[in-house]
Amino acid sequence: MAKRIEATNVTAYYGSFKAIENINLTVEPKTVTALIGPSGCGKSTFLRSINRMHEVLPGARVEGSLTIDDQDIYDRDVDVTAVRRMIGMVFQRPNPFPTMSIYENVVAGLRLNGVRRKSILDEAAEKALRSANLWDEVKDRLGKPGAGLSGGQQQRLCIARTIAVEPQVVLMDEPCSALDPISTLAIEDLMFQLKDKFTIIIVTHNMQQAARVSDRTAFFSIEKTGDPGRLIEYDNTQKIFSNPSQKKTEDYITGRFG
Amino acid sequence: MGETPHRSADAGTGGTRVTQSHERPAGASAHVAEAPVSTRTPGGTGLGGGGALPRARAFGAERAFRGLTLAAGSAVLIIIAAIAVFLVTKAVPALRANTESFWTFEGWFPNDAEPKFGIGALAFGTVLSAALALLVAVPVALGIALYLSHYAPRRVGTTLGFLIDLLAAVPSVVFGLWGREIFLQPVHDFSLWLNKYFSWIPLFGGDGPFGKSILLGSLVLAIMVLPIITSLSREVFLQTPTANEEAALALGATRWEMLRTAVLPYGRPGIIAAVMLGLGRALGETIALAMTLGITFNISFNLIENGGNSIAANIANTFGEANETGRGALIASGLVLFAITLIVNITARAIIYRRREFTESAA
Amino acid sequence: MSTAVTTHRPRPAAQPATLRAKRLPWYAAPAIALAALVVAAAVVYGVGIGGPVLVVVLAAVLYLAGLFAAANAVEGRRSARNRTWSALIHSAFVLAVLPLASVVWTLVSNGFERLDGNFFFTSMNNIGARDPEGGAYHAIVGTLEQVGIATLITVPLGILCAIYVVEYGRGRFAFAIRFFVDVMTGIPSIVSGLFVLAFWVLIVSPWFNDGRPSFSGFAAALALSVLMLPTVVRSTEEMLRLVPAPLREGAYALGVPKWKTILRVVLPTALPGIVTGVMLAIARAAGETAPVLLVAGGGAAINFNPFENNQSSLALFVYQQAGDASRYAPARAWTAALTLVALVLILTIAAKLLARRNRLGR
Repeated sequence: MAKRIEATNVTAYYGSFKAIENINLTVEPKTVTALIGPSGCGKSTFLRSINRMHEVLPGARVEGSLTIDDQDIYDRDVDVTAVRRMIGMVFQRPNPFPTMSIYENVVAGLRLNGVRRKSILDEAAEKALRSANLWDEVKDRLGKPGAGLSGGQQQRLCIARTIAVEPQVVLMDEPCSALDPISTLAIEDLMFQLKDKFTIIIVTHNMQQAARVSDRTAFFSIEKTGDPGRLIEYDNTQKIFSNPSQKKTEDYITGRFG
Repeated sequence: MGETPHRSADAGTGGTRVTQSHERPAGASAHVAEAPVSTRTPGGTGLGGGGALPRARAFGAERAFRGLTLAAGSAVLIIIAAIAVFLVTKAVPALRANTESFWTFEGWFPNDAEPKFGIGALAFGTVLSAALALLVAVPVALGIALYLSHYAPRRVGTTLGFLIDLLAAVPSVVFGLWGREIFLQPVHDFSLWLNKYFSWIPLFGGDGPFGKSILLGSLVLAIMVLPIITSLSREVFLQTPTANEEAALALGATRWEMLRTAVLPYGRPGIIAAVMLGLGRALGETIALAMTLGITFNISFNLIENGGNSIAANIANTFGEANETGRGALIASGLVLFAITLIVNITARAIIYRRREFTESAA
Repeated sequence: MSTAVTTHRPRPAAQPATLRAKRLPWYAAPAIALAALVVAAAVVYGVGIGGPVLVVVLAAVLYLAGLFAAANAVEGRRSARNRTWSALIHSAFVLAVLPLASVVWTLVSNGFERLDGNFFFTSMNNIGARDPEGGAYHAIVGTLEQVGIATLITVPLGILCAIYVVEYGRGRFAFAIRFFVDVMTGIPSIVSGLFVLAFWVLIVSPWFNDGRPSFSGFAAALALSVLMLPTVVRSTEEMLRLVPAPLREGAYALGVPKWKTILRVVLPTALPGIVTGVMLAIARAAGETAPVLLVAGGGAAINFNPFENNQSSLALFVYQQAGDASRYAPARAWTAALTLVALVLILTIAAKLLARRNRLGR
């Protein structure tokens, strides 16, 4: 299920602005990798270039190579939609489709892929909702609007929607930043379980969160505003938080900067 | 506000009824809280002090202003009611004088000594031309709106969107003039062609002359309402939350699938509103149709022969030579038009309000 | 059910085996277009059923079908759908641009013919069918006066009504007002003209006019007010709702009464948006023909007095000239139409620029 991701010299632009430069990093299957760093350091940009969501913005482009199990996703004859099906994404703010019910939200991805059989959809919906620890809370109101749930439930609904298509990799862009501490805890628990099946990469501003959930941590930073973001250090989470090899990393995690 | 006098009503609580006697013990604040508009104002925290809160004035500026706005608000209801009442008042004598059935007679001779007029053909022409116009305009308008909001490069989209907004403001008389002077010829040729090869379909049958037909009228209407529908639905499409579009793309949707899962459902109430507005315009359009239809008084599905009429166009065309009964007859036809547009409008509003509740509780 | 889930994998097509996809080569679309054109031309001219227009239409249909078939065969169904819809959306755009561009082009090119001083400073008084002169001065005066009076009536009424709905109104009554404002947006202009005809021209105006009904510019202004009112109310309402609550609460907390808060704090904040709405309403009213035809009657001479006797307006002038048998009339109609469009567009553009500069919230 899970795949290995390798970034080589990844550089991303917004128009003429270079957001990140020469990122090299390898993510092992079935691990949780946290991307941390100050605001504007390009960690979200890097995350979005992993499933080619970066190029959705007008004028945005990516250079370098990003491979998933040795297939370069930026190759010319690669189908973007296939990449995004393989690499799912959960966004900062919960974004269930407002016009759809809970059920329809979960199966939206499957329906896009032409799955029509009710029985298959039902099973997949229950499975995804169970995996997202949401089934017990919503099983009696699957037909209600997805946006009627609480913030934390909505975010878990979005996770269910993402994993319903059974991707190989799940990207999470600050998934808890809009949530209260209890919902955050629920999502962190969920990440532990999902790790068994998926490769997870998470961007977070919360260093405790990074320390709690991730196996490896990548620290991004910028020299000053307007400079491209760079990868400063990438190592086991324990090492980064206890004994970082770079001075900048230490400054950041001890709160002296950023 | 510095000028707040010792016992003014300026604490913001408008009219409580009672007396103009001023100072009262602090218990008066209970009355203040009851005042109808005081919910959000910190009642009785004026500069009055000294253990005695200022009394609210019975006839203060607040009450006067509130009354004024209430009157203005009621004006809307009064106007709508007045429209119905006055149209009915003037229509009834003419309807009484009518010697034929108002609903079924095909013809319009209200100025004769024995007035004869019927609304059937006019109402039919109104609905037919408006329906055809929307049939043509809606798909095209939605296409352009999607093109401008989601396909065109951003700068092109904004510029063309602005131009479309401007076209939506062009008066209908200009479209009428264009339809009659310029568009008549191509439609005439097209009608000949249709008649030559498809005269076996009753819609395109007949022996001519062709040109000033329902086809011309409804195409001109379509071109006229096109910018209106486009402009409104483009705005709706642009309001789709980026988060939802990205969610669809991140699930591996193609651009069209993204539009179908995120943009179109989100914009549905707005699209309905835009279409209904276009329908309202098309039903009530006077001048563009008065200038392009062939003006006959029969019910016919033939689209290409000279002919066709609508309630509004008939009013514009025959108003000049109408006598008193004639005016009454036209007013009666206007009443029918009013009723048709009211039904369309109220239905549309009901749909939108219901849908809005769903999406709002969801948003 | 949960046991079934573990035993049985419910996803046939969700995950692609490979990221690579076969693509139509770049030249596929133009090649299909060319082939469609050739086939269409061969069919149309071969059978002899039409001219170049039919060729283009048929070619477009063939192109869409061909594109779908080719993409479906090479890239799969989803991509084929995506391509076909994209082509359809683009062609909708092309289809609509043609007539709209033609409207603009003929308006400008025909309108220039009589765009001279004579047109703007003479009326149609004593202009016979054989006279090439004659202008729209009287109509311009009429439009300005009627729209001006309508604005004077509508703006205070509309703003106060919106204030009631947003700030004071509650419950059923306020809902009814909102609902009927919406409904009023859909009242056809001819109906508002008939209403003023029945109410003002036929019933009220005889009181001032020795018992005879009289057309007047004021009556037209009344009819235009009925049309402008809902637009003004709606846009004001929207703008008032955008004024942030803390601004209001700040004023209340200072002990400012509600009415003063509304007049001194809320309205000024919302003002640019309200002005935009008013200008758009004016632009629409200026282009209305039907009500003016019914209650102002038109007329060839200059009449500065909006309260007595017939008045014309630009839109009505266009309509009357277009129906006039004189061979000089069409040129006058086009120039008047151009003038009218220029007036309306200036108002609209100004309104949009204003709206763009002062965007509240959003």
